[in-house]
Amino acid sequence: MSTAEVTPASTGNKKTLKVKRFKPSESPKNTYLTDEKGLWAWMTTVDHKKIGIMYLGSVTFFFLLGGILALLLRTELLTPAKTFIEADTYNQFFTLHGAIMVFFVLIPSIPAALGNFVLPMQLGAKDVAFPRLNLASFYIYVIGAIFTFIALANNGLDTGWTFYTPYSTESSSSVIWVTLGVFILGFSSILTGTNFIATIHKLRAPGITWGKLPLNLWALYATSIIQVLATPVLAITVLLLTMERALGIGIFDPALGGDPVLFQHFFWFYSHPAVYIMIVPAFGIISEVITTFSKKHIFGYWAIALSSLAIAFIGFLVWGHHMFTSGQSAVATTVFSFLTFLVGIPTGIKILNWVATLYKGSIEMKTPMIYVFIFLFIFSIGGFTGIMLGALAADIHLHDTYYVVAHFHYVMMGGTLISFLAGLHYWWPKITGKMYNEFQAKVGAALIFIGFNVTFLPQFIMGSQGMPRRYYNYIDQFTVFHQTSTIGSYILGVGFLLIAFYLAKSLMSGEKAGSNPWGSRGLEWQSTSPPDFHNFDHTPVVINGPYDYHKPMEEFQLGLANDHDAH
Amino acid sequence: MGSLFDFMLPELKSPMTGASTDALMAFIHIASFIILGGVTIAMIYFAIKYKRRSDDDETPLITHNNKLEVTWSVIPLLLVFVVFGWGYKGWLNLKTVPDNAYEIQVSAYKWGWTFKYDTGAQVGNELHVPAGKPIKMVMQSEDVLHSFFVPDYRIKQDVLPNRYTYVWFQAEEPGESQVFCTEYCGTSHSDMLAKVIVHTKEDFDAWLAEQGSGSGGTPVERGENLISIQGCVTCHSVDGSDKIGPSFQGLWGSERNFESASSVTADENYIRESILDPSAKIVEGFQNQMVSYEGRLSDDDISDIIEYIKTLED
Ligand code: HEM
Ligand SMILES: [Cu+2]
Repeated sequence: MSTAEVTPASTGNKKTLKVKRFKPSESPKNTYLTDEKGLWAWMTTVDHKKIGIMYLGSVTFFFLLGGILALLLRTELLTPAKTFIEADTYNQFFTLHGAIMVFFVLIPSIPAALGNFVLPMQLGAKDVAFPRLNLASFYIYVIGAIFTFIALANNGLDTGWTFYTPYSTESSSSVIWVTLGVFILGFSSILTGTNFIATIHKLRAPGITWGKLPLNLWALYATSIIQVLATPVLAITVLLLTMERALGIGIFDPALGGDPVLFQHFFWFYSHPAVYIMIVPAFGIISEVITTFSKKHIFGYWAIALSSLAIAFIGFLVWGHHMFTSGQSAVATTVFSFLTFLVGIPTGIKILNWVATLYKGSIEMKTPMIYVFIFLFIFSIGGFTGIMLGALAADIHLHDTYYVVAHFHYVMMGGTLISFLAGLHYWWPKITGKMYNEFQAKVGAALIFIGFNVTFLPQFIMGSQGMPRRYYNYIDQFTVFHQTSTIGSYILGVGFLLIAFYLAKSLMSGEKAGSNPWGSRGLEWQSTSPPDFHNFDHTPVVINGPYDYHKPMEEFQLGLANDHDAH
Repeated sequence: MGSLFDFMLPELKSPMTGASTDALMAFIHIASFIILGGVTIAMIYFAIKYKRRSDDDETPLITHNNKLEVTWSVIPLLLVFVVFGWGYKGWLNLKTVPDNAYEIQVSAYKWGWTFKYDTGAQVGNELHVPAGKPIKMVMQSEDVLHSFFVPDYRIKQDVLPNRYTYVWFQAEEPGESQVFCTEYCGTSHSDMLAKVIVHTKEDFDAWLAEQGSGSGGTPVERGENLISIQGCVTCHSVDGSDKIGPSFQGLWGSERNFESASSVTADENYIRESILDPSAKIVEGFQNQMVSYEGRLSDDDISDIIEYIKTLED
């Protein structure tokens, strides 16, 4: 430890502070992994890092389940008509695949798993604002999952993850169990969001102004706002649907005088913002990784930060673009189309800012950075095809075809999941203290990239040629596209297995990571790997921003002062 | 310009509904490819040019550039407004049915389609139409949501229970096109297929004549019969004079003004609502006296009555 005279420019305070410069120990002794051990300690922990890991485990489990279903679906589609499962089974599989991927994987993946781990660390805090609530959110998630499994064991679910009425009010499958599951799950999402908002407002370490908040946290902040505001609408919707089924109150079912289009409005009023719950956190990860591996200050900090908020707000106004063919009013259709284009703009701005960040950088193509490049390419395609779907006349032709299936996989899998992988590889050394095999990781990324495009590119073509989605059977003309797509999905499957393999291996025999293997300026890297039980053993005083790469590491004035100096 | 992306689209057989869609799609594709190409090349170029040479490379502090940021926000904004306007125009075209359109009633059910003609003829899963004439499909579902999609015509519209929706097209040449259901409707959703069979005008007339009139006369005949056996005529005249309720003559397509000071143009949905839920909208100058025919008239009956009312022009 050495001392340095520093001027905390951030606070506008001209007085020089004496700050003890702190170097985290490279061989930590008492980390969060060794501090308390045993199953019970884990299950009752209120440590955000452990809770993050428990989410990570659950999300991985659900991803595996959803992934196996995806491969089964694609295998069934190798030939028209029956390949190996019946139509009803197929319908249940795509419903579960969709519902699991959306509600159990994408929504919690980045915020609840990675976010839980890094958010307090990036703030220099010891934990989130309400650690017990954090643990409660996790158990609510588990209970929601149990309800869904009860449905599976009972009758399955065959309505599609969108539960459109009146099909969902008359289907003989276990709609109620799943809607209750989703209802419960919603609370987990709301509580996590509330917790994050409070934490970001209240627990920033001295020196972290809003202008020095890592972009990852701006993204999580925007996401949390959507979670808190939109999720209750989903809760009401599924509750109404449950009542409709159980009591026949006649809100959505036309046979009882209800309006099925009303259900769609309710459903998408949540589920469109939910798309942003899935994608906005991804933007946060991209900003962190791209600066670390180009060793350069982010371009357009405020543009990126504020566009996350803009997306969060405009995202509430565009739900009707899922309903251009539904029979909603002409005025609504026009207005929704118009607003949809507005939400595209901040997203485009982000992409250009990221690319501009690379300019004159010092770029190192480590695995997380490779995922960022894959993200930029794939997500752009997702965005452009979104513009296509926002354009009324084109959407009429493409709606509910494989073009849409390809589009949302490009956005959700190519956007959220790829950036989740970027984040996972980026923070893996911090979380576990171990390095994975870089070569194997690059092979994995290549398999994902190739597999992804082979799977989903042909779907744009077959969709625009007219292949509808949610089809068990198809006419011969589409065979070649389906088969290519299926082969692609196998490549993807191998890619994911490889990733699981080398990550697991790193835990056993990986090299020690050291506290800051990437030379990042982020605050979370100023602790040991794996982090100390309390994240930092001093309260950090932050003098430079998280992207001040123009200053050499030795001069990097991130002081970890003792508490006395900090105040 | 259209031809560049033709491999993605099926051959266009109803240019009146689809030409604008095709041109729009080509435009978006081209613009997207240019921008995507630019972004990708820039990314890769930077990655090579600014590859890290040593661990203590120094990078300049470039935080933002207002001119650049304004440029790359405004240009896409203008572009998407063009795309919005273009899409809107094409869509208006899809919604505006030509006056001389030939009407066919469609009823969708799990898992098939019934097409009904003004002669009373009914066919399942085969839609026969004449070439070169605009066709308007007036659609209703007997159970859950379905959606009527003909890729060759670039048209799609959801089909709802208890509500009429419509879609139109004009096939230029005799031939066949595929109809899909694109709203998930359960087990055999993917087998809910139909064919459009386009005939020359003469062949179509011959085909229609051959079908006969189905049972119980044409829809118009059945409708006329129904309004007398159901007692509608005790309150509604067909000659323009007001009785307890407004006359049916001149009703179709007219502007209806209500006690609530709102108004609506009388179309299928309005008439259907007036039959099933008469108190929903009370025409100016009349009392809320009619009872609901919910349960007494089937969807088919109502469709037939509407067909009859359509013939009662001023
Ligand atoms: C190996 C990777 C994947 C493959 C091969 C795959 C394949 C499929 C297939 C065949 C469908 C049914 C399409 C239809 O008939 O409409 C589908 C639907 C869906 N997929 Fe995937 N998928 C994959 C990964 C993912 C991921 C990672 C997510 C999200 C995290 C996801 C989310 C969805 C959703 C939301 C649906 C809609 C379900 C519905 O229509 O109800 N998929 N996927
Ligand atoms: Cu259907």
